[in-house]
Amino acid sequence: MKYVVWSLVVILIILHQDFWNWDNANLVFGFIPVTLFYQVCISLGAGFTWFLAVQFIWPEKLEYIEQLEEKQGEE
Amino acid sequence: MTFEPGITQLVIISIYLALLLGLGLFSNRLFSGSSKDYMLASHSIGPFLLLMSIFGTTMTAFALVGSTGESFKEGVGVYGLLASSSGIVHSMCFFILGVKLWSFGRKYGYTTQIEFFRDRLESDKLGIVMFPILVGLVIPYLLIGVMASGTVIAAATKGAFPDFFTATGGGVPGWIGSLVVCGVVLTYVFFGGMRGTAWANTFQTIVFMVLGVVTFFVIASRIGGQDSIWENLKLASESIPRDKLVRAGNPSMSYLRFATYMFVPLSVGMFPHLFQHWLTARKASNFKLAVVAHPLFIMIVWAPCVLVGAWAAGSLVELPPPVKANANAILPFLVARFSGDVLGGFLIAGVLAAIMSSLDSQFLCVGTIFTNDIVVHYGGKNRFSDKQIVIIARLFIILIVAITYGLSLLDYRRVFTLGVWCFSGFSALFPLILAALYWKGLTKAGAYASVITAFGLWCYFFYQSDFAGNPHYNVLDMMPVAPMLLGSTLALVLVSLVTPKPSEETLQKFFPAKDS
Repeated sequence: MKYVVWSLVVILIILHQDFWNWDNANLVFGFIPVTLFYQVCISLGAGFTWFLAVQFIWPEKLEYIEQLEEKQGEE
Repeated sequence: MTFEPGITQLVIISIYLALLLGLGLFSNRLFSGSSKDYMLASHSIGPFLLLMSIFGTTMTAFALVGSTGESFKEGVGVYGLLASSSGIVHSMCFFILGVKLWSFGRKYGYTTQIEFFRDRLESDKLGIVMFPILVGLVIPYLLIGVMASGTVIAAATKGAFPDFFTATGGGVPGWIGSLVVCGVVLTYVFFGGMRGTAWANTFQTIVFMVLGVVTFFVIASRIGGQDSIWENLKLASESIPRDKLVRAGNPSMSYLRFATYMFVPLSVGMFPHLFQHWLTARKASNFKLAVVAHPLFIMIVWAPCVLVGAWAAGSLVELPPPVKANANAILPFLVARFSGDVLGGFLIAGVLAAIMSSLDSQFLCVGTIFTNDIVVHYGGKNRFSDKQIVIIARLFIILIVAITYGLSLLDYRRVFTLGVWCFSGFSALFPLILAALYWKGLTKAGAYASVITAFGLWCYFFYQSDFAGNPHYNVLDMMPVAPMLLGSTLALVLVSLVTPKPSEETLQKFFPAKDS
């Protein structure tokens, strides 16, 4: 899953370049400039990618520190 | 009952500022008196407060006032320049840097970045080099907020005191507005410390997000003069000039410039105030919500502002020449033009909320750096009591507020341009933090080389740009941040390869066997 998530990050960075819309003045749904609409989709894609990251590749070893802290707190 | 124009807005802004003062004073009742509580809220911050305080700190005048103004000037491509790229890059920094730095902070008791670097690179003097650079880069960032707060208050209260303030059309002059905002932020930071700051940030982030969305719908429902919001939306967007809809032909949006803008959000990796916020987390998993929600929150705030800024460039909105000339005044003007006095007052409170939710963390952070990294470090840990450390931090916060306010009276620059320069400086230091966490080969000399190169290039390019006076300044058609980042990375790697590594003990401390 690590490779999937980091590949998605790289894909997002490439898609973000968006030179294919450089001279596109169309309005999506009649009011959202396509340049803006496309980049809003990139934001949504970023949210989804980072959701996958925290779900599947979260650094679990840090739980050790949390447990240690909790133990110290109890003492 | 009718009031002078601007009075209603002034009353609402005053009530909002009073509420914040109350919140800060209330959080003081939970203050334990220790320096750890004052600077890091005793590592007690949960996922929601962490998300809101990190987001509120990252979004400043730059997000609301700056994005609207910049979209008015440069078009809707502004969203791609900083908002969507930040959604990718900021969360990446939280994920790969924030969580790891939090774990070292908890293990080894760090409060500031400089403490971490001193330990990681076995270099005491590195702190001396980094202190003025970090503080020097935070100050322009602070200036952005202080200047913008004065501008929006002046615009919102226009007409309130026509006999007193003739030069501003009766509006409260910028210097008074900035002074009051500085005073309010100083008060709740002074009394509430990090806990007060986190609470105030959360409250203010909710305020500016909700009011930002409300602003958009109010303006959208009235801008075209039609009954249906849908018709108004269509009319408003159809009125946007073509050069604001596309990036082609815009000197600020060449391919290379757009691509290299992506390096600017790397700055969050080195923001000292964000480092301090990261350390407030109760546990590592509290970061998860911030990592996921941050790009979506940026979208909620930026997308409406950018669209509204582009509408302002269209034929439906007639802008007076002074507003046209000052990009920072676009949003306050639109709010005043399309909403009633009451809503207008609330919306201005929302803009001030965005500004103050960054100012507070930055003031607190500078006070913390000075106290921990200079006074306590060189004065000796046992020389001061915990109570004295809190007093020193508070005194330095007062000093830095006074200096920032004084500087804000001297000059004026476009909020967006000044912000980008400040972020670029922090971004140029990004290789250092990345290498410190992930590359055993980083050496003390490599770190010095990287910091000095980044700072030298920043000063040179800043001078070349007429001290941010030229918003289209570029280096070989790239954003200046690109060569700065390249230079600092090369210096870091090349010098590290030929200089002695840190001791095995230090490497074991930061790269324990089970991590490798």
